[in-house]
Amino acid sequence: MINRTEPLLKLSGITKSFSGVTVLHGVDFEVRKGEVHALVGENGAGKSTLMKIVAGIHQADEGRIFWKGREVQIITPRQAFELGISIVHQELALVPSLSVAENIFLGRYPARRLVFRWLLWREMYQRAIKLLRSLGHDIDPRRLVEELSVAEQQLIEIARALSSNSELIIMDEPTSPLSERETTRLFQTIAHLKASGVSIIYISHRLKEIFEVADRVTVLRDGHHIITTSVAETDVGALVRCMVGREIRKQAEALRAQANKEEALRVEGLAARGKFSDINFTVHRGEIVALAGLVGAGRTELVEALFGAGERDAGRVYLNGQPVRINTPADAVRYGMALVTDDRKTKGLVLGASIHFNVALAAGREFARYGIFLNGKKEKELVGQLARELRIKMADLEQPVVSLSGGNQQKVVLAKWLSAGSTIFLLDEPTRGIDVGSKAEIYQLIRQLAERGVAVLFVSSELEEILHLADRILVICRGRIAGELRREEASEEKIMLLATGGGK
Amino acid sequence: MMDQRAEQAQEPVVRKQSVGRAFWPSMPGQLLRRFGPLLGLVLLCLVFSSLSSFFLTFDNLINVFRQSAVNALLALGQLLVIITAGIDLSVGSVLGLSCVLAAMMVKAGAPSGLTIVAAIAIGAALGMVNGLLLTRLRLPHPFIPTLGMMNVARGLALVISGGYPISELPDDFRFLGAGTIFYIPAPVVLVLVVYTLFHIFLTRTTLGRDIYAIGGNQQAALMSGIPVARRLTTVYALSGGLAALGAVVLAGRMNSGFPLAGMGAELDAIAAVIIGGASFFGGVGSVWGTLIGALIMGVLRNGLNLLNVSAYWQTVVIGTVIVVAVWIDVWRQRAMKSRMLISK
Repeated sequence: MINRTEPLLKLSGITKSFSGVTVLHGVDFEVRKGEVHALVGENGAGKSTLMKIVAGIHQADEGRIFWKGREVQIITPRQAFELGISIVHQELALVPSLSVAENIFLGRYPARRLVFRWLLWREMYQRAIKLLRSLGHDIDPRRLVEELSVAEQQLIEIARALSSNSELIIMDEPTSPLSERETTRLFQTIAHLKASGVSIIYISHRLKEIFEVADRVTVLRDGHHIITTSVAETDVGALVRCMVGREIRKQAEALRAQANKEEALRVEGLAARGKFSDINFTVHRGEIVALAGLVGAGRTELVEALFGAGERDAGRVYLNGQPVRINTPADAVRYGMALVTDDRKTKGLVLGASIHFNVALAAGREFARYGIFLNGKKEKELVGQLARELRIKMADLEQPVVSLSGGNQQKVVLAKWLSAGSTIFLLDEPTRGIDVGSKAEIYQLIRQLAERGVAVLFVSSELEEILHLADRILVICRGRIAGELRREEASEEKIMLLATGGGK
Repeated sequence: MMDQRAEQAQEPVVRKQSVGRAFWPSMPGQLLRRFGPLLGLVLLCLVFSSLSSFFLTFDNLINVFRQSAVNALLALGQLLVIITAGIDLSVGSVLGLSCVLAAMMVKAGAPSGLTIVAAIAIGAALGMVNGLLLTRLRLPHPFIPTLGMMNVARGLALVISGGYPISELPDDFRFLGAGTIFYIPAPVVLVLVVYTLFHIFLTRTTLGRDIYAIGGNQQAALMSGIPVARRLTTVYALSGGLAALGAVVLAGRMNSGFPLAGMGAELDAIAAVIIGGASFFGGVGSVWGTLIGALIMGVLRNGLNLLNVSAYWQTVVIGTVIVVAVWIDVWRQRAMKSRMLISK
């Protein structure tokens, strides 16, 4: 029935400039009915701008938009919505204190008019159940959204799109907050949607996923359309080459000399009720240790507890062999610890403030005269130097960090801790939501840190990343260390086996 | 887009500027924030001087400044609190209580200098209680502890004084409120000195920067090792101390410590801070802006008095000015935000 080749949406020659800088150069793009079309490119390639034009948030300077073969003008988000275009945002746009059903029908509640508009609760719930079932899920529509997991919340957004008969759903990095199992679930949902003729534009930095879920893929680079191809005719390597315009050489897998066996961080019997228990491990100077495990296994809670920012009931922590008491992050910083949080926007950066301000945030006292008065000159020198070393792409140091891409924001967070002279780095999902190019740079940076003798403990959900970076891997399963793997013996299968509790 | 622009200029441009910090984006919107209140003050003065020949005389202008002094001191404390994204409703009552206690002390024969120091210490202690309630009891919002303190302090002022003013204070105690230094009223000099000190505190010290960071993103500040609870307690203590300094000025000027001193003064202080360009959402605000905010309120009251506008109508005008000032700020921020979205 479905004509798979008819373009549902066709963009031709889209050009867009902002204050004199062209971010899209005559981009062509089309989505067929019932297809999953992946859109990839480094941050700043123009993906978001292109999608915002489709969604009516921005208007193109030049170029035409065709919807079902008819030329249309999309001036407002409302118009896009009425045509049948929905976006599932990276940051979910739900009302946490309302129920699932209320969120699905937000603003379009089934109602009967009788002087006022009276809500038809029963109909609302029934329709919600039907919608969620059609997506292959059973969620009680009476539950409050705040009680749901991120994956379930995402599903509610998809259901909301469907409830308004959307024919095109744009998903922006949908899997970045999801665990592996939830990701599989999402892919099933996408398959359901596809089967019912809904088209999907799928934006993701995780290239592997694209081969699982997408039919075709389009690569943008620096505002230019580079290629559109069926996924069957390409591979990850080819896509990366299109994205960065150059080969990313695989890091020489030289086993870094494990010279240093000096203990930097030792943890004994660390526990927090209901979160993790009986945690014992050591990280040496110059060593990179990964904390692997499923989302929700207690990894974030563990590193935050180590940093004095989370609860803990028992256990001892030793730094350089000395027992220490860390009750607040301020204590941790004083002992030379650094924490790159899992969510840089809410926990890592003062978004409205400048790069300079953010980099100097943790180091304050370091440059201050008499420990009180700021030394602006010295501070600016160091911040500028760090920004160059880390290759933060920016106009100047006083630019607000909110205007930087994810990768550059993360570099600012790292620069903050470098300027504080930290010797123990705790990194929680250091490359979440970051493009391929910046990722490689951040990996290199982490390695350099280790070479300088810094002890690194990082949490990651990406197995590839763990295998790429770690000297040693601690696998956490339901709040306990399920096993430890050395780099030489580790493999994706072994880690997953331990993480899912199948190790013993 | 920023990325591309930056690629062309690989070397980050470190802009030349004074040693201090200009960490908020340098955009046109910022100009409006920085000079908007000053522009408003100048326009206001022009209007009043064209309507009243007496307005633009040295005596009158100094008088405006003198009358604004108490509000300026309260507003300075309020500014610190508002930069941390908080609010201090207790400053008016803290002023009242310190006013009564200081008057009683000095009447009982305590030396004036000691009394002034003691009054400030009492105010700071009351403010510190606010801070501790907020950070140790983890009350959900500064509104709650400071609302409590507003009632408690006012109640205590009435209880201790029995509701009666304590008048006829010694001259040397009254100096800060009623004295002059080279023809300039002492409260004006005091305000300028205190404001300068706090300007240095906010822009040149690590503590000042911590305060901005807490208001900008409390969670990020905490995770960067800033002792947030301690800083907040300090800020509320400073606010209380400044309120008590205001009490000393007011008592000196009125030659009386009266328990109802500073009724509603917290709202005037908040108004001055907001008119002065600080953001209720925290992280933004400057000492000089706040001074101008306090002066705008003083000029309005003075000018309207000269024009024989009734006190009732004055309230209506001031209410309108507050809303308009904030509206301008919101409008400015929206313009800036859209610029930021574009640059992404």
